[in-house]
Amino acid sequence: MHLSNEQKDYIRRIRFKKRFVLVSQIILGFTFLLTWELCSKYKIINSFIFSSPLLCFKTIWELLITGELLTHFSATMIEIVIAFVLGAFLGLGIAILLYLVPILNKIIDPYLTMINSLPKVALGPMLIIWCGANNKTIIFMALLINLIVSILTILNGFKNADKIKLKLLNSFGANKIDIMRYLILPGSIGTIMSTLKLNISMTLIGVIMGEFLVSKRGIGYLIIYGTQVFNLNLVISGIFILLFISYLMFIIVSLAEKFFCKYK
Amino acid sequence: MNNLLKIEKISKNYHSQQGEIEAIKNLSFDVNEGEFIAIVGSSGCGKSTLLNIIAGLEKQSSGTLKIKDSKSIGYMLQQDALFPWLTIKENVLLGLKIQKKVTNDKLAYADYLLDSYNLGEFKNKYPSCLSGGMRQRVALIRTLVLNPEIILLDEPFSALDYQTRLAVSDDVYKIIKKEKKTAIMVTHDLAEAISMADKIIVLTKRPAIIKKIYDINLTNKSNPIENRKAKEFAYYYDLIWKDIDAFVK
Ligand SMILES: Nc1ncnc2c1ncn2[C@@H]1O[C@H](COP(=O)(O)OP(=O)(O)OP(=O)(O)O)[C@@H](O)[C@H]1O
Ligand SMILES: [Mg+2]
Repeated sequence: MHLSNEQKDYIRRIRFKKRFVLVSQIILGFTFLLTWELCSKYKIINSFIFSSPLLCFKTIWELLITGELLTHFSATMIEIVIAFVLGAFLGLGIAILLYLVPILNKIIDPYLTMINSLPKVALGPMLIIWCGANNKTIIFMALLINLIVSILTILNGFKNADKIKLKLLNSFGANKIDIMRYLILPGSIGTIMSTLKLNISMTLIGVIMGEFLVSKRGIGYLIIYGTQVFNLNLVISGIFILLFISYLMFIIVSLAEKFFCKYK
Repeated sequence: MNNLLKIEKISKNYHSQQGEIEAIKNLSFDVNEGEFIAIVGSSGCGKSTLLNIIAGLEKQSSGTLKIKDSKSIGYMLQQDALFPWLTIKENVLLGLKIQKKVTNDKLAYADYLLDSYNLGEFKNKYPSCLSGGMRQRVALIRTLVLNPEIILLDEPFSALDYQTRLAVSDDVYKIIKKEKKTAIMVTHDLAEAISMADKIIVLTKRPAIIKKIYDINLTNKSNPIENRKAKEFAYYYDLIWKDIDAFVK
C-alpha cells in the first residue's frame, strides 16, 4: 500500500512518542532504584531501616531458592483470585438482580450505603472468631471490601444506559431479560471493566489486611513477620511482590477489556 | 381510501409529585393507507407523547385508538440508536431477534434492503464506520425488516447537519414510498414537513389540541428535494407559518 509522506510522518511521530514514553518510564524507575541504592551504599540513608534494591533482590532470591516465596506467593494469589472472582460474579449478579427488581433496590439502598462506608477492618477480629484464623477469614474480609463497591458501581452503570436505545427495545416489545441481554450488559462492559480494576486494589487491601490479622502465611504475613523481627529487607521485598501482583492483575483485566470491547 | 389508523378523542395526563401535566387533549384524526403525515408543533407540546401512544409504549388517559387489523407499527427515533457493539447486520436484525421472528425469508429481506440501499458492503462492519446519513438508513432498515404497516418517525433527522438532513430526508422518503409504507412524522422543520407530507397536522402548545390540518397539494409532486421547488411551496409555508407563529410568541 502506498502511504503519503505526511502519513508516514504522522506514523513516525506516533511511534516516536510511544518510544519516548516507554524509555522515560524505564529511566524513571531505574533512576529511582539507582538513587536509592547509592544513597544506602554511601550511608546517606540507613540501609538497616530503608533497605536497598540490591538487598531486596537478594532477599527475594533467597526466598525463591528456599521455596518460601512460592508458598507465600501462592497462598496470597489463591486468596486474591478467589476473593476477586467471587466479588466480580456476586457483584455482577446482585447488581443484575437489583436492576431487575427496582423495588428491592429501593428497600435495601440505605443498608448498602451504610455497609459501604463502614470500615470493614473493624469486622476483622469478629471474622476470626466466626471463621477461624485461616484463609476463609482472609477471603471473606477481601470480599466484604470489594463486593459492596462493585454492586454500587455496576448498578450505577446499568442505570445510565441510553434511554433512547431503551425506548427502541421497548418498541420492539422487548422484555426485561431482552433489555438486560441486548442493552444493559453489553452497554456496561466499560463500567464492569473499570469496576474490576477498582476491585483489584480493593481485593489486595482486603487480603493483606486479612493476612495481617490472621498471620500464618502469605505476603502480608511476610511483611508483618519482617516488621516483628525488624528485617526491613523482608518488609520491602514483600511490598515489591505486591506491586508485581497488582500490576499483573491489572494487565489481565486490561487484556479482558480489549477482548470484550473490540468493536471500538 | 382506507383508514389504517383512527384516533378518537385521545388525551394524556402525566402524573408526578409536582402535579398533573396535561400533555395532549382530545386529539382526533385519521390516517389513510399510504399517506405521509407530518405533525408540527412547538417544543414540549406533546408530539412524542402522541407517537408513544400510537406505538403502544404509553397508555392514553382517555380516548380510543383503532388500528386496522392491529397491523404492526415501526418506530424510528430522534437518534439512530444503533448499538455500537453490534455489526450493521446484527443491528438490523435486532428487532426480529427480540420478536423471535428470524426466518430465512426475513434474513433474505434484510440482505435485500441493505443491498438495495447501498449498505451491502458494510453488513459486517460496526456502526462507527458509518456516516450520519448511512446510520439513519440503517435505522430505517431495522424498522422496515419488521415489515410494519405504519412507520412513526420522531424528528428522525434532527441530529444531522443541514446538508445531510436534506439528503437523508430524501432517501428516507423514497424508501418509505418504494416499500409502500404509511408514515407519521414529527418535525420542527416546517419546510421539511411541506416537502414530504401529504397532510400536515398543526398542534397548539401544551396541552396539544389540533389547531388545523392542511392537505398539501404540490404540482409535479416527486421527492422532497424537488418538491421544495414547487410553486405552491412558499404559499404553504406562509400559510402554515402564521399558524405556528401565533403560539410561538
Ligand atoms: N414520562 C413523563 N412524565 C411526566 N411528564 C412527561 C413525561 N413525558 C413527557 N412529559 C411532559 O409532557 C409534555 C409533552 O412531552 P413530549 O415529549 O410529548 O413533547 P414533544 O412535543 O415531543 O417535545 P419536543 O419537541 O421537545 O420533543 C412535556 O411538558 C413533558 O414535560
Ligand atoms: Mg419529542
